[in-house]
This record gives sequence, structure tokens and C-alpha cells, in this order.
Amino acid sequence: MFKITERTALTDNEYQIWLEAPRIATKAQPGQFIILRIDEQGERIPLTICEADASAGKLRIIFQVIGKSTAQLAQVKTGMSLLDVVGPLGKPTEIKNYGTVMLVGGGVGIAALFPIVKGLKQAGNRVITIIGAKSKNLLILQEECAKYSDELILVTDDGSLGRKGLVTEAMADVLQREPINQAWAIGPSIMMKFCTKVATQFNVPIYVSLNPIMVDGTGMCGGCRVTIGEKIKFACVDGPEFLGAEVDWDGFIQRMRQYHPEEVTAYQAYQVKQVH
Amino acid sequence: MPKRSYNKTPMREQAPEVRQHNFKEVALGYNLQEGQLEASRCLQCKDAPCILHCPVMIDIPGFIKQIKEDDMEGARKVLNRYTNLPAICGRVCPQEKQCEMVCRLGQSKKFEPVAIGKLERLVADWSLEHPEESIEITHDKGKVAIIGSGPSGLTAAGDLAKLGYEVVVFEALQTAGGVLTYGIPEFRLPKQIVQKEIDQIVAQGVKIETDMVVGKTITMDEIMEDFDACYIGVGAGTPHFMGIPGTDLTGVYASSEYLTRINLMHGYEFPHYDTPLQPAKNVVVIGGGNVAMDSARSAKRLGAETVTVLYRRSQEELPARVEEYHHSVEEDIQYNWLTSPVEYIAGDHGQLVGVKCIRMKLGEPDESGRRRPLPIAGSEFVVPADTAIEAIGQGANRVMLDTFPELATNRWGYVQADENTCATSVPGIFAGGDIVTGAATVILAMGAGKIAAKEIDQYVQNKQVTTTV
Ligand SMILES: Cc1cc2nc3c(=O)[nH]c(=O)nc-3n(C[C@H](O)[C@H](O)[C@H](O)COP(=O)(O)OP(=O)(O)OC[C@H]3O[C@@H](n4cnc5c(N)ncnc54)[C@H](O)[C@@H]3O)c2cc1C
Ligand SMILES: Cc1cc2nc3c(=O)[nH]c(=O)nc-3n(C[C@H](O)[C@H](O)[C@H](O)COP(=O)(O)OP(=O)(O)OC[C@H]3O[C@@H](n4cnc5c(N)ncnc54)[C@H](O)[C@@H]3O)c2cc1C
Ligand code: SF4
Ligand code: SF4
Ligand code: FES
Ligand SMILES: [Mg+2]
Repeated sequence: MFKITERTALTDNEYQIWLEAPRIATKAQPGQFIILRIDEQGERIPLTICEADASAGKLRIIFQVIGKSTAQLAQVKTGMSLLDVVGPLGKPTEIKNYGTVMLVGGGVGIAALFPIVKGLKQAGNRVITIIGAKSKNLLILQEECAKYSDELILVTDDGSLGRKGLVTEAMADVLQREPINQAWAIGPSIMMKFCTKVATQFNVPIYVSLNPIMVDGTGMCGGCRVTIGEKIKFACVDGPEFLGAEVDWDGFIQRMRQYHPEEVTAYQAYQVKQVH
Repeated sequence: MPKRSYNKTPMREQAPEVRQHNFKEVALGYNLQEGQLEASRCLQCKDAPCILHCPVMIDIPGFIKQIKEDDMEGARKVLNRYTNLPAICGRVCPQEKQCEMVCRLGQSKKFEPVAIGKLERLVADWSLEHPEESIEITHDKGKVAIIGSGPSGLTAAGDLAKLGYEVVVFEALQTAGGVLTYGIPEFRLPKQIVQKEIDQIVAQGVKIETDMVVGKTITMDEIMEDFDACYIGVGAGTPHFMGIPGTDLTGVYASSEYLTRINLMHGYEFPHYDTPLQPAKNVVVIGGGNVAMDSARSAKRLGAETVTVLYRRSQEELPARVEEYHHSVEEDIQYNWLTSPVEYIAGDHGQLVGVKCIRMKLGEPDESGRRRPLPIAGSEFVVPADTAIEAIGQGANRVMLDTFPELATNRWGYVQADENTCATSVPGIFAGGDIVTGAATVILAMGAGKIAAKEIDQYVQNKQVTTTV
């Protein structure tokens, strides 16, 4: 059993949890994720490891409530335990000194971006970070990103904080201004698709972190397959990071919606149950 | 004594029209009386050929004799000497190609062989209902790690515990059992039976640690440091795809995902369990093995109106167990022989709407000795489908292997291990089951686990002798 030691609401629908998972905490590296199961009826939920505290044996995860399982996860209380936590899964980000790097995060994707920001800074890179959200109160991890960035650009759709507009516009400005050796983008699929487009226009290689629907997370089901450079890859073991320019975005995006009607049914049933 | 009947004593089954709508076990088992009747058909051959064709060499006439004499306790004792998972083997072993194939009774004209598997199941089920007092064994001969809790790992674990070892099994998933748990469906192998047999192994002192991905959660270096020896039984569960156009449409599955969602995750009980499955009307299953049968029959149970199996050879070459094929036909599964898919056809939202197929003919035999299927030009046609399940085979599970390059593998990515000892290229590390042979059978995986347990015992004892000198 994996005990929850802290649960905090970061925004109206984004939550942070610290949990005890000593073995995973000593192994976790930036870019990796866990799969957890809340209880016996629960599905396997993949979530990025936002931070690992090896000495305390704890992991930090940040997630957005978008359906039944994340809604249920948001209800956990300090002291409760999760039935299963497995990891660290996926290939770690290749952390090294690239020179100047650009990191772009959107929405809850900022949580997945943060450990990479931190890792790259500690590896001696000049780090330019761009994070965006719909509005001010949804922009998470600002201070922490600032701490590990040489430059932090905040972007909101409504202009309530930082630049008004899209992260891709901020990206283009930076790319026009100075040479970037390597870029990363983590956020909604559409955002990553367009970040890839912009980076590619400037001939900057960009990594994206794909989050297709997963089951086992160990390469045994093939559900997380994505087409990368015309080849079938399993995001859970070959990724989740891939070069954005090689991703077949349309195929990837359409597969994310595979269970939409069932997910809606499950979420509605859950909400009804919560009210009663 | 009554005259031996020509045929096996029939086993009661759920009627096809009923079982098409539930996941409960199809074959209901013998009662003691039926078992004794069947047991009395055995000739009690002195040089019993059946034993030689059982991969774990169960004393078949031995346990059958005890059934006949109404000594179930005795029958259990015989079985326990050879197998840790009799209730499972009795259900899923390809008996007709092993013990029963050579049964002397079956060789004589008109007679069917003795129903060895069904009798094994009878004893095993009785045994689960009449648990033995567990004898306290001290586990002080050494420490052995087992990677993977499939039939191979569980067998090695059980035998090593009986030999006096402290055994820890590391399993990546949340539940132990390997394919027995996530692959073979409930209606052929109830998960409760699997769990009970695992519980009996645990009762012998084996510790099973789930949620442990070796290579990720714990490294091979850590294992080699903490344990005297290690057995790798990680299986061959990585699905292959044909890679035809449209593979990323929604509705296209690998059988591994389809069956994992159903079995491990209880997708058939959605929304009581959270893992969803897409409702399907017309399902196409590609392949002809047990995995294809299991997928097709599961789809039917989930409410599909039509389920069609596409197999590129003819019925004669079908690799699935005959019994399973018959069951599937009774359940209204359709077959398209000599047919191969060439493309998945997309609807407006990236969803599957049909499978474009081509007819095949059989040409000259290939390396495997089977006639090679060849496409007939211009014979394309479309089977309407909203779900397609590819059951065309699996490859090595790589998660652990990728982190342990010291271990020699062959050109297909399977671990190189000595057939007679399970020894690998790294001293102290043994391997067996599907990760060595490629996708095979439960009983072969168990056989390897048995060999490994003996060899590991010897290895650890020798090592201790040499290190103390
Ligand atoms: C490697 C990886 C890392 C991730 N990291 C984070 C993270 O740090 N924070 C975060 O908020 N979210 C993360 N996600 C997404 C998160 O797993 C899903 O949001 C969550 O599983 C949705 O569950 P639900 O039941 O609440 O929603 P549902 O209503 O079931 O689904 C809503 C949508 O979420 C996606 N989804 C559903 N089930 C899965 C699944 N099993 N695997 C992947 N996606 C699914 C689908 O697109 C679906 O349409 C990550 C996903 C992956 C694959
Ligand atoms: C759908 C289906 C139906 C079948 N039907 C039959 C049948 O009727 N009769 C028959 O005889 N055979 C059948 N088989 C084949 C049979 O199940 C396999 O040959 C057998 O299970 C192999 O056993 P194993 O112990 O080698 O591996 P598996 O059963 O595959 O078990 C391997 C285990 O190792 C775990 N693992 C993998 N990597 C790691 C890691 N890094 N760390 C920790 N754990 C890990 C896996 O999660 C898994 O639990 C069927 C197979 C399938 C898929
Ligand atoms: S284990 Fe399999 S081969 Fe051996 S006796 Fe039982 S059914 Fe026959
Ligand atoms: S070969 Fe057949 S008849 Fe002979 S002992 Fe074995 S099961 Fe009995
Ligand atoms: S989640 Fe099953 S193979 Fe990646
Ligand atoms: Mg869900």
C-alpha cells in the first residue's frame, strides 16, 4: 500500500499529491511516470513523476480532474493509501548539457515539464522556459519553474497574467531572437503539434511527451502504440518522449478519444453517486 | 466391472446459447462418480506411454488408480509430486497433443483415449476444496529471486520453497499469474482457481511482490546482490502487429490489450470496474491459435452480433485446440478460411468500419513444413467491422532484458538458456518458459520451472560449498 502524505488543491481542478513509494523514489528520473490504481475496481492511471524525494521515499504527482478516475483521486485524503503504484516507467529524458534549451509547457503538462526544466538547469544548460494556461489562476508551478530557468515567460489565453496569446507565439519570438540547441514541449496534443511546427520552421529539434491511453505501461498490450517515423512504437517503453517532427499527430489524437462515450458515462455515474 | 465405453465420459457444459452471454466457466467438471467411471477406462499400462508425453511426467496411471479406488487423498498426493498447478493444467493443457495423444486405450480401434486432463482437474478441484495442513518448512538453504509470476516462475518458486529456500517472486502487474491471469479468459480458466493455486504456493512460504517491474523498480544488480540465484520467467507478451494501413484506427486492438482489459482489468464488468471496452457489433479476429479463439469468444460474450475469425490457412492447419474450436463454433463464431487482411478501412472519425481482405491459396511447404499461404490477385473483399483484434503472435517482454545486456539472447530476442538446465550466459541466472522458447504452453513453461528449481538448488549448494572452503 502506498500512503498519501499530502494532498493540496493547486487550482480549481488541479491537485498535487505526495505519496510514499520508496523504491520508485530512489530510481525516478525526469521524464518518467508511474501507473497507479486507487482501489480494486480502479483502472490503471498513468501520471508523470513531478518530483521524487529519494531520502524521504516520496513522490509528487500533479493531475487535472478530467474524468472519473482523476475525480476520485482528487478526493483522497492525507493518510489514505493507494492500492497500487508501479514505476518508474518509460525512458528518462536525456539530460545533458545541450547549450541553450527551450522548454514549453501548457496546462497540467507543466507538471510533467518541471522535472525536465530542473534536470537541464542542473546539467548546466541555459534554460528558457515558456509556460501557458487559460488564465492566471490556472498557471501552476510558476515559482518553481522560475527557480530553475534563466528566463521564464508566462502566457495566458486571456492575458490575465504575462503575455496574452499562445505559447507558440512566445516560442517564435524567442527562436527569432536567439539560437536554441534543443527544445521540449509538453501539454495538450494540439499544443505539442503546433509547437513542433514552430520549432521545425526554425530547424530546432523538439521533443514532445506523448500520453496515449495506456493499460499495463510495460510494453505488453500495444494500446499505447503511436506511429513515429512510419514505425509502430509503444509510448510506455519506447517513449513517452519522441521527436515531435516524427509523430503522426492525427493518428495519435484520434486514438485519445477511443473511449470517449464510455468515459462520459462513467464520470456522470460517479458524479451522481457523489451527490447521493 | 462394466464394459469400457468407447467414448470418454462426457463432461457437463453450460449450453452454448446460455454461455454466449456470460463469462462463467464453460466446462463444469466431473463429479466423483463420473470421475470413477472415466478412471475405470484406464488400462493401467505398465510402461505407460502417457507419462512420457507429459512434459512434467506425471504418474498418470498412478493418480487414476487412486480415483478409481475412491482415494482422492492418495490421488492428490501423486499429483503434488509432479505439479504445483494441476487445476490449471487439467483445464488448459493441450492434452490431445500430449498425454492423451499416445494413450494406449486411444490407440485401439473405436476407443477414445482416457480423459486424462479432465481427471487431473477433478483431483485438483477436490484438492482445492480440501486444503492440506501446511507443513512448516524452514527456508534457510538460501535466497532465490523469481522474475515473473507466470506458470513458469510460480512452478520454480513452489519447488524451491519445498526444497527449503526463501523465495521472492517479483511481478510487474498488480496480480500474480502471468497469462493465466491477464490472458486466458474466465470462461476457460476461472481466476478464482488461479488465485487458489497461487495461494497454495504462497502457503508454502513463497513471497510474491506485485507492482515490481524488474529493471525499473528494482535492478538486476540489486537482485544479484541480495539473492543467491535468480530465475527469469518474464514471458513473451509483447504483441506483434501486422502493420497494415489503418493500424492506428480506433477499434483496432492487439489481442493482448483486448484480453488484458477484459481479464486483468475486469472490463466486462464496466462500469462497476473502471476500465472501459468499446461496445462492438461486428468483430473480426485475425489469427488461428488459442489466443484468437479466446478473443473471439470473449467478443461474443460482450454482446457482439457477429464475430468472424480470419485465418490465412485452412481449417486443417488451425493451431488452436480442437476442443476450443468446437466450442467456438457452438457459440456461433464464423470462420473465413484462407483469408488475410490487407487494410483497415476508416470511417469519418478515424474509427474502423471494415477490414479489407484477400483470399489465399496454399502453395509449397515452408520451413515449418506447413504449406505457405499465397494471396490470390484480384480477390479482395471487405468484411464490415467496428472492432478488429489481431492475434498473430507475441514477442519477448523486453523491459527487463533491455536493462541487462549481459544476458545473451538469440536473434529473435529470446533468452539463450540450456534446455536441460535452464542455465543462461550469466552464472547464477536461470531462465525458462515463453521468454526462452517463444510463445508456447503452460505445461512447457512449468516443465522449465521444475528443471530450473533442481538446477538452482544444485548451483546454490555448490556455491556455498566452494565459498566456505
Ligand atoms: C505517460 C503519461 C503521463 C501522464 N501524466 C499526467 C500528469 O502528470 N497529470 C495529469 O493530469 N495527467 C497525466 N496523464 C493523463 C492521465 O493519465 C489521464 O488524464 C487520466 O488517466 C484520465 O483518467 P479519468 O478516468 O479521470 O478520465 P477519463 O474520462 O477516463 O478520460 C479522459 C481522457 O483522458 C485520457 N485517458 C483516459 N484513460 C487514460 C489512460 N489509461 N491513459 C492515458 N490517458 C487516458 C483520454 O484521452 C480520455 O479521453 C498522463 C498520461 C500518460 C500516458
Ligand atoms: C490468450 C492466451 C491463451 C492461451 N491459452 C493456452 C492454453 O489453452 N493452453 C496452454 O498450454 N497455453 C496457452 N497459452 C500460452 C501460455 O499461457 C504461455 O505459454 C505461458 O503462460 C507462459 O508462461 P511463462 O511463465 O513463461 O510466462 P507468462 O505467463 O507470460 O508470465 C510472465 C510474467 O512475467 C511478468 N513480467 C514481465 N516482465 C517483467 C519484469 N520486468 N518484472 C517483473 N515481472 C515481469 C509478466 O507481467 C507476467 O506476469 C495461452 C496464451 C495466451 C496469451
Ligand atoms: S499436465 Fe498436461 S500433459 Fe501432463 S498429464 Fe496433465 S494434462 Fe496431460
Ligand atoms: S496410456 Fe492411457 S490407458 Fe495406459 S496408463 Fe496411460 S492413461 Fe491409462
Ligand atoms: S501501455 Fe500497454 S504496451 Fe504500452
Ligand atoms: Mg477513466
